[in-house]
Amino acid sequence: MSSLSVSERTAISVEDVSVTYRTSFERAPTLRSTVTRLGRRERVIREVEAVRNVSFDVPHGTVLGVVGANGAGKSTLVRTIAGILPPNDGRIEVHGRVSTLLALGVGFNRKLSGRENVILGGLAAGIKREQLAEKYDDIVAFAELEDFIDMPMRTYSSGMYGRLAFSVAVNMDPDILLIDEALSAGDARFRRKSAEKMRELCGEDRTVILVSHALGTIKELADQAIWMHQGELRMWDDPESVVSAYTEFLEVKQDAVTLEDV
Amino acid sequence: MSTPTISPRPSRHRREDEFTGQRHVYEPHSIGLPPMRSYLRELWRRREFAVELSRTKLREQHFDTVFGQLWLVLNPLLLTAVYYILVDILRGGGAQGEGFFAHLMAGIFAYYFILNSLTVGVKSVTRGGRLILNSAFPRALLPLSAVITAFMRFVPTLFIYVPVHIATGLPIGLHLLWVIPIVALFVLLACGLSMLVAAGQVYFRDLASFLPYVLRIWLYVSPVLYYADDVPDRYRWLLDVNPLGGLLTAWSDVLNQGQAPEAWSLLLGLFWSVGVFVVAGLFFLSREREFAVRL
Repeated sequence: MSSLSVSERTAISVEDVSVTYRTSFERAPTLRSTVTRLGRRERVIREVEAVRNVSFDVPHGTVLGVVGANGAGKSTLVRTIAGILPPNDGRIEVHGRVSTLLALGVGFNRKLSGRENVILGGLAAGIKREQLAEKYDDIVAFAELEDFIDMPMRTYSSGMYGRLAFSVAVNMDPDILLIDEALSAGDARFRRKSAEKMRELCGEDRTVILVSHALGTIKELADQAIWMHQGELRMWDDPESVVSAYTEFLEVKQDAVTLEDV
Repeated sequence: MSTPTISPRPSRHRREDEFTGQRHVYEPHSIGLPPMRSYLRELWRRREFAVELSRTKLREQHFDTVFGQLWLVLNPLLLTAVYYILVDILRGGGAQGEGFFAHLMAGIFAYYFILNSLTVGVKSVTRGGRLILNSAFPRALLPLSAVITAFMRFVPTLFIYVPVHIATGLPIGLHLLWVIPIVALFVLLACGLSMLVAAGQVYFRDLASFLPYVLRIWLYVSPVLYYADDVPDRYRWLLDVNPLGGLLTAWSDVLNQGQAPEAWSLLLGLFWSVGVFVVAGLFFLSREREFAVRL
């Protein structure tokens, strides 16, 4: 084992990565507004540094928990690791096949049925048709959507939607699983079931990045954790310490807010 | 006993397998071309996605039933009839000869293939929002799938054309084989244009609403409602700057005049098709990494 080089043991290495968005106040850019604005020259653009100089490594078989407030850059980070968003700076190396949750683009076309969405999402992710056919029944069974799978997805409730997305992601047997707020999908029973599935997946020698606000879950499942704060990596340690530091921080902030109110 | 190890060569090799393979490297390159070889390989590997996407779209339009198909050809068919009457009235009646109806029909059908590629393609990227935000795949599959959809709708119209061709008594012979390369160039042009408008729509969301006007004007300056030979000299340049000018001229020469296309029309068509395809393709590929941020 000692002969393995560092890069072979690392599943994901994130080196000094920054991601910047440019957002504008116009919700949808149009040709008309571009032309009519020509005389005025001003254009309100804000650069949002969603992720700033973040570096960390995830060894193979590790479950990495990611915590952080809303807008801390957690989802951006996950999307960058999945190769969906290009980093503006730095370098990311991923070894293995990645499956993202909310993932495989399930539900991208709400007019299509659940079945069509699963197949199209899978094909886009580069999964072979035969492989999809093999897994299809498991996916549907796990999501408990047998009665609805051929209905258009616009008729789905948000819980059903989340269940299908979760089911697709975990049944695809990825080497690396990226999960963003997965465990909030569905009702209490499905959440228990998905937590179980997660535990099973994390127990296997699999690399998982788990983004969640459920700190209990992070503490239970993760081997390591990082805390993102305003785009920066605030802490990278074992889950216990990260979660307690994060909770402490949240409480302090809460107190500050409460104090201001008084 | 140490086996010789191959030291991993950084950048070039690793960047080759971007979407699959065991190793993915993501570096800043929001603008700039992706590594072409692996991009094209991935594109080809996931062609089933484009086919399935277009199949789903067609099924939505009931393409798989007889009446659904009839419905799809009804529109260009009615348009052919309307334009025939229109041109006939404008010309004072019966001035364009026997084969004109067939010329008009063939032209409209070919034009509708381009039109469908564009109107389906323009929103292909912006509609794919969730898919684009949540999985990494060659985005060019989306506009290319639109061309497949348009092509599948184009094929049945050819079968409608055949009886008209025969009934009009137009020549049938080996020269009709020219249809194959000409259709191939139509497809190439459609792919290019579809990628162009799909990427454009990301930056200008009202492009799709401008498109019908552009397409209407384009039809009128193309040799569909008239023969290319009837174009007066002072308007000849319109055929040259029109990406469809050469191709539609060749199309009508082959189907309608029963002759091999003239070299100029074929070369012009080749120039425009390849040119648009390459330029639009490079534009799309250099921009597609940005789409996820822009949606």
